[in-house]
Amino acid sequence: MSKPLAAPSTFARVWESAGMLLVLALLFLGCSLFVENFLTVTNLRGLALAVATIGMVACTMMFCLAAGDFDLSVGSVVAFAGVLGATVMNATGSVLAGALAALASGALIGLVNGVFVARLGINALITTLASMQIVRGLGFIVSDGRAVGIRTDAFFAFGNSALLGIPTPVWLTAGCFLLFGGLLNLTVFGRNALAIGGNKEAAHLAGVPVTRIKVVIFTLQGLVAAFAGLVLAARMTSGQPNTSQGLELEVISACVLGGVSLSGGVARIGAVIAGVLIMGLVQNAMNLLNIPPFYQYVARGCILLGAVMLDRLKQRI
Amino acid sequence: MTAPALTFDSLTMEFPGVRALDGVSFGVRGGSVHALMGENGAGKSTLLKILSGAYRPTAGALRLGGESKVFASTAEALAAGVAVIYQELHLVPEMTVAENLLLGRYPRRGLLLNRAALRAEATRLLQLVGEDISPDARLGRLPLAQRQMVEIAKALGRGAKIVAFDEPTSSLSAKETQRLFGIIRDLRDRGHAILYVTHRMDEVYETCDAATVLRDGRHVVTHESLAGVTRDALVKSMVGRELTNIYNYRPRAHAPDGLAVRGLAGPGLKAPVSFAVARGEILGFFGLVGAGRSELMRLLCGAVAPEAGEVRVHGALVAGGSPRAAIRDGLVFCPEDRKKEGIIGIRSVAENINLSARRSQLRAGVFLDHGWEKANAAAQIARLGVRCASADTLIGLLSGGNQQKAILARWLSEQVRVVVLDEPTRGIDIGAKSEIYALIHDLAAAGTSVVIVSSELPEVLGIADRVIVMREGLVAAEFPRATATPEAVLHAALPAAAA
Repeated sequence: MSKPLAAPSTFARVWESAGMLLVLALLFLGCSLFVENFLTVTNLRGLALAVATIGMVACTMMFCLAAGDFDLSVGSVVAFAGVLGATVMNATGSVLAGALAALASGALIGLVNGVFVARLGINALITTLASMQIVRGLGFIVSDGRAVGIRTDAFFAFGNSALLGIPTPVWLTAGCFLLFGGLLNLTVFGRNALAIGGNKEAAHLAGVPVTRIKVVIFTLQGLVAAFAGLVLAARMTSGQPNTSQGLELEVISACVLGGVSLSGGVARIGAVIAGVLIMGLVQNAMNLLNIPPFYQYVARGCILLGAVMLDRLKQRI
Repeated sequence: MTAPALTFDSLTMEFPGVRALDGVSFGVRGGSVHALMGENGAGKSTLLKILSGAYRPTAGALRLGGESKVFASTAEALAAGVAVIYQELHLVPEMTVAENLLLGRYPRRGLLLNRAALRAEATRLLQLVGEDISPDARLGRLPLAQRQMVEIAKALGRGAKIVAFDEPTSSLSAKETQRLFGIIRDLRDRGHAILYVTHRMDEVYETCDAATVLRDGRHVVTHESLAGVTRDALVKSMVGRELTNIYNYRPRAHAPDGLAVRGLAGPGLKAPVSFAVARGEILGFFGLVGAGRSELMRLLCGAVAPEAGEVRVHGALVAGGSPRAAIRDGLVFCPEDRKKEGIIGIRSVAENINLSARRSQLRAGVFLDHGWEKANAAAQIARLGVRCASADTLIGLLSGGNQQKAILARWLSEQVRVVVLDEPTRGIDIGAKSEIYALIHDLAAAGTSVVIVSSELPEVLGIADRVIVMREGLVAAEFPRATATPEAVLHAALPAAAA
């Protein structure tokens, strides 16, 4: 049953384009004024590092959601890629071989997800729920359930290096934002992804290669998650099979905070970046305020609900 | 004359940049069928949405039995005895007829569902519309016409005293339409006030007692009785200008080698279909609902993979089963269900227009040419007269006719050789129809082959150079324009038993 589309008011349009940036700015201002040690170079660097993984994965999750799907397997892929990369590096002594193995396996997992969802028409929730568990299991199998320490210095030196005082992982995340923002806004691929999310049947009849685009999106999602897993492993100097559990939900939360429609068709890279930063900022502030982790879960859930409510509210104004 | 059961009292509705309704006032009496007419964008849909509680008017109110009201929700409207039957029915296909009829107010015994009472009440409601439908049937299995009856019965079950119909016959066959009219008259005789939105002039004279015409959001005229009101006068008040020949038919030169279809077979067709359309020719397809016309068009345009046969455009073979391949060969398709298969409602008008053609306008083979995107959208909007606040307006907010023009704009941005239009003027007012016909003629005059499917006989006869009639999944007959009389064409379309 389709609800009638209400015409957006001027306020709604301003909110749509800049609302989350405004919330981010206010939060930042508030934290700077009221949270001790927040506005220090060390803390801000830590904050940026903390959102690096979520940020990278959010780029492709944005595409997934824009096209009307989602991917729950990303947390598992991050862990698996780290473990596999570390294992291959240790076995061959080659950083390149490890990285290639991790990226290729990530892309392959994404490809399989994409084929199941787009070509075979299996529900994305079921497909990626299954691959989430399969890939998590594979990570444990490869590592025998233990962290795999990386013996190649060059690799974790890279993970902990910095350029102009900004850590390399943060640069890489920024690069992802730039790349996928461009892909969304400047290419036919991005527009087609949004069209598919808006109305799959109409897009198909208008000549949009729906299946191919969906498969590519899932493959990219796997590739980027594996990349994020490698970067994380480099930072931690080991591949950990237990890492990033629940990452998929944090990433989807960040995207929703960034105004990406869960039913597809609407996505903006600026707002997604704001969503990612809001998540990181709140987490960081709670840590600085010594709020126990158990309460942090509650707070994060409340923020997500609050963001969705705000989104609803704006449609009435 | 009785006091109106429902009065619209200076209703005004504003959207950004558009005033959809501007101080509209008129009354609908109980025990009468009141036609609401007007072009696309005249404000009929907006008025219905206010009546059903989906929109709140910017100013003005409704008056029901002397009480001034603005409904805040559809539930409030229902509670006040107002029901609007939309073209898209609000029913749950997975549930049974009985469950749908009493949705939201199931009879209970303690905490449990009272199945016997549910069935009994459902049977009683179905008798009100005199329809022979099993209350236990799954709703999704019923034909559209019967689903509509279920929707009407559901409204009556909720005590609706005022029933509004939004173009209820647009997807019904002639026989089903007559059944519906019977029910509507029956409702009238029992004292219900009925508001009937339609574009079909015949229906107005056949079923309606009174008529109101809206134009550009304003009230033009209300005829309390249709006696002495001519068809021309009604049309004139709708468009505000004389329409001499809305079909604009002019003979054109034809050239061979346009579209050639040979032995096309697939779901919905009982035998392979072959036909050809010359360059510059307009071929009409007529048939009753379910005759297989839409199925044939979907095979032709690659929406459904054919089981056999070939399609050639200008002599070149088109790969089957892919709309993308068809479009690349210049064969484009405007589907019947605009909302579900045509537009992408939550994207802008410009996005919807540029969706397909942009692939050949890339910079460096990858990047969108934003300059072209803007220019093309603006040019097409101007060329087709799409009425919208701006190219960035969401297409879902436009009226049906303007959505259709935007879809046509999508294809006119391409190098088209063959245009297939499935019910291009369904639910569109006469003014916009005439613009679309003119456009079709321009296309044909420029050498495009046009295939047009329509359930409206005057439309097919008025616009086509040649008519193919389909019946029950088969091609039944073919008529050149000269011999395509309404009687002959209709006779060929009717099933043998009914003819």
